[in-house]
Amino acid sequence: MESPHMIWIAWKMLIGNRVKYLGIVFGVVFAALLIAQQSSIFCGIMLLTIGQIRDVEGPGIWVMDRNVEFIDDIKPMSDTDLFRVKGVKGVDWAVAFYKGLVRARMEKGDFHQVILLGIDDATLIGAPEGLFMGTLSDLRTPEAVIMDDAGYARIWPGEPFVLGKVFEMNDHRAVLVGITKASRTFQSFPIIYTRYSQAVLFAPSERKVLSFVLVNPKPGIPAEDVCRTITTQTGLQALTRDQFMKKTIRHFLMKTGIPVNFGITVMLGFLVGTAIAGQTFYLFTIENIKQFGALKAMGTSNRTILLMVLSQAVQVGIVGYGVGVGLAALFGWGTRGLTKLAFFMPWQVLVLTAVAVFLIILLASLLSIRKVLVVDPAIVFRG
Amino acid sequence: MTLFDPVDALSEIDVAVRVRGVTKEFGSGDWLTKALRGVDLDVPYGALLMLVGPSGCGKTTLVSIVAGTLQATEGEVIVLGKDLAAMKSSQKVRFRRDNVGFVFQSYNLLPALTVVENAAVPLIIAGWRRSHAIEAASEILDQLGLGNRMTSLITELSGGQQQRVAIARALVHEPRLLVCDEPTSSLDAENGRITLELISKIAVQPDRAVIVVTHDSRVYDFADQIASMEDGQIKSVRDCRTNACKNPPLENS
Repeated sequence: MESPHMIWIAWKMLIGNRVKYLGIVFGVVFAALLIAQQSSIFCGIMLLTIGQIRDVEGPGIWVMDRNVEFIDDIKPMSDTDLFRVKGVKGVDWAVAFYKGLVRARMEKGDFHQVILLGIDDATLIGAPEGLFMGTLSDLRTPEAVIMDDAGYARIWPGEPFVLGKVFEMNDHRAVLVGITKASRTFQSFPIIYTRYSQAVLFAPSERKVLSFVLVNPKPGIPAEDVCRTITTQTGLQALTRDQFMKKTIRHFLMKTGIPVNFGITVMLGFLVGTAIAGQTFYLFTIENIKQFGALKAMGTSNRTILLMVLSQAVQVGIVGYGVGVGLAALFGWGTRGLTKLAFFMPWQVLVLTAVAVFLIILLASLLSIRKVLVVDPAIVFRG
Repeated sequence: MTLFDPVDALSEIDVAVRVRGVTKEFGSGDWLTKALRGVDLDVPYGALLMLVGPSGCGKTTLVSIVAGTLQATEGEVIVLGKDLAAMKSSQKVRFRRDNVGFVFQSYNLLPALTVVENAAVPLIIAGWRRSHAIEAASEILDQLGLGNRMTSLITELSGGQQQRVAIARALVHEPRLLVCDEPTSSLDAENGRITLELISKIAVQPDRAVIVVTHDSRVYDFADQIASMEDGQIKSVRDCRTNACKNPPLENS
């Protein structure tokens, strides 16, 4: 079997021409880096859109107006809807949850748009998990609010975390009693947690204020079944936590320009990577065409020549993929402290990048393969 | 002038290469070029035949057909007892791999490989393990005086040394037919003579044949036969073992 050793020769030919080799690898690295990095940022942004759903652990079901399409698409319900949901068979417990955008007026008179979350007064279900200053029970005191750390840094940049800060929302005094870690949101506004009864005071006056009802199904009853029952009996939209996250992501995918913008960048990376790798690989093949001709004259079969070129392409693909994805991961790791940058690299990004790199090396090697397969071994006799 | 008659001179058993009525055409219509116009030639075993003639006379085309890298348009090409015209492409590839060694004008060595790796290439193509191929290549490089340059890169060698590597590569798998295309054209007189000396010393064996395409009259005295070509045809074949090939000078060379 000649092939394994011929592949060794092919690799030596490839690596022997350092400049061309680095050129081809650069093309693949460029494409892999851009595709993996942009896809990861895209996934990070998608993760931002569901950050507040992920942060509310415990209740398995979210109930909302039937026209709500995503987490920020608030269509308030009547307070009585809470009791209607509570009355549905299969519901273990249900609590009110407020979510809205309000303006906060700081001590110096400056205003900041904030996301206001109102959690159940009695149980504090929906409270943040990452509280690192203050205690959750402090939220029961009048006018008490908890703020996320990124929001704090945005409102009071450069200042150390201090509790007891006072500001106003809707002309109502708010006192900071805790600081928490929270998933960043798509809107990137500071997040303020307070009790539901307090939240309706902080929010502008409206006839309906109930944003969501958080529900837990009774043990042993599938959440999907309870969702169906709630929808049938109340006419409200009831989704499991996973369903709501998927619905939110689907909204951003289908109804915003975000995927198109990222898609264009990814496609650009793919095209430029293919062009660089393809052109350099072709030039490399042309430069070595007499060597390939000599190998054919000496009795190397077309099948082996094909394997040689493919193995060169695969070698470049593996190195380019590894370096490109590695650099993208390094970028994500290096910027993990920057709260303004969304970066999330799930395994699907790695697979997508691998498929793209495979296509790039396939396209890059096609012209070269054709060239070496049709080369006449008699070429070696022409000076 | 006594001319060698290629058709009647040798029996089939004695000849390594028998070419009869071979033509080769390139292109078609107004662009048709007849490179070979009915060539007859025999190359006996144990002989070094030099193919001479002006540029464009068809030497390279003829040697490409004999080596099995080019298909004749018409005619019979029997090499080492095998009819090349009847062979499929894949059979020709195997035939070349097992039976033909090549020395090219521009060497066509692989610059990324070392001297010994280059010389081992035909054995690797033939399916040998790399270590065994390199061992065998080392032996022949020793014979050619390159024992101390085994691990050098090709680019570190002089032209004469590169041609010796090419000869080692051509002979390492002990081919029964060695085809050399202008092996001395890139070399100075001394290196040209050394190259032909090596070829005639190592390659010319009773069961082998060597064909050398050359313009270089300085190396004619290494020839056993000199076939002179002109306008796609063999004009004469002189047997240097019985006739002086240098004096008087050959026509058309």
